[in-house]
Amino acid sequence: MARALINLPRTARAGAVIEIKTLLSHPMETGYRPGPAGRLLPRDIVTEFVCRYDGEEVFRAEFFPATAANPYLTFTTVATRSGTLSFTWTGDNGFSQTQDVAIEVT
Amino acid sequence: MRASGTGRPPGRGAAARATRPPAGRVLGLALAAGLLAAPVPARETPAQEAPARETPAQEIPPGERRSGLDALAPGTRSMQLDDAANPGMLWVQDGAELWAAAPAGRPACAGCHRDGTMRGVAARYPAFDAAAGRPVDLEDRVNLCRTRHQGAAPLAREGHDLLALTAFLGNQSRGLPLAPPADPRLDAARAEGRALFATPRGQLGFSCAACHDAHWGRHLGASPIPQGHPNGYPLYRLEWQGLGSLERRLRNCLAGMRAEPLPEGGPETVALTLYLMQRAAPLPVETPAVRP
Repeated sequence: MARALINLPRTARAGAVIEIKTLLSHPMETGYRPGPAGRLLPRDIVTEFVCRYDGEEVFRAEFFPATAANPYLTFTTVATRSGTLSFTWTGDNGFSQTQDVAIEVT
Repeated sequence: MRASGTGRPPGRGAAARATRPPAGRVLGLALAAGLLAAPVPARETPAQEAPARETPAQEIPPGERRSGLDALAPGTRSMQLDDAANPGMLWVQDGAELWAAAPAGRPACAGCHRDGTMRGVAARYPAFDAAAGRPVDLEDRVNLCRTRHQGAAPLAREGHDLLALTAFLGNQSRGLPLAPPADPRLDAARAEGRALFATPRGQLGFSCAACHDAHWGRHLGASPIPQGHPNGYPLYRLEWQGLGSLERRLRNCLAGMRAEPLPEGGPETVALTLYLMQRAAPLPVETPAVRP
């Protein structure tokens, strides 16, 4: 499993805008680069990221070959209720990774 | 009366042709002249512009030492300073896991080196290893520990695991000033490193000092010339799209100078690192830094 760093406040007031930062360890191989033998390295990128708040989608992003390695995203959402934020990255070669982070809303 | 109707003395047309060769040839000559002449102004111009920093370059006094962090673009700078955005932290986390993982039947790194005891260690390497009888850098130190105490094979230099462990160690010294040891056994290697730094090498005839002592703060093309301090390694370079060691950076610089890179893990690299650490002290450790 690729390493992901997810940063968001553990607790928030109801109605507050919270900032979420995610950093995923991934080579994002474009498919356009020649390898040491001169042949093109096959494409291996993350193509989609989805953030769900208690199952409800709050943010989605698509990735393309021009995205840098170790993609970093920062976005905001509104803290509505205590629950779980789930982060899913999917990509080439069957790459799929989901991580959950709990948030307490007061 | 003249024999021809051109109204020109016969010799003049030939002379005119001789002074006006075809356009293609003129361009070719100009290019050749430009190529031959280029190195000369390149060496002379900076000296004329900055007589105060004329070679032989002076070592940068401690009060004027600046980390490369100071010259970063705001975006790169905030990337380094925010642990949530700094991609080097991915390696630091991997290193923390490796530190705690025990090889079969042997203690993990964390089994001997308890929590908190490694703070400040990265700031004083390279150091002299009495058993090996030579100065060793942090990468060597990790590998010596593996072979002596863990019965494990040494990790590949520039491989992911060694980068992760050195990033993890460096990160624990973050904010502490570089503290090169005043060990007399290191003096010879440090002097060798200093000589390597000051000696012109490669096809362009540059030394490290020619840029990083004499012209830091100015520009090479669009890129600012940094003082060249090793206080953020291993660091994440956007150009590399990954983490790399000081040794990799030195190889990069040498290739840019069209010089032969130093042998991997060789005594020259350790000697140069020793001198660079002394030259950079007391700048704080920034591992893992982010650079363009």
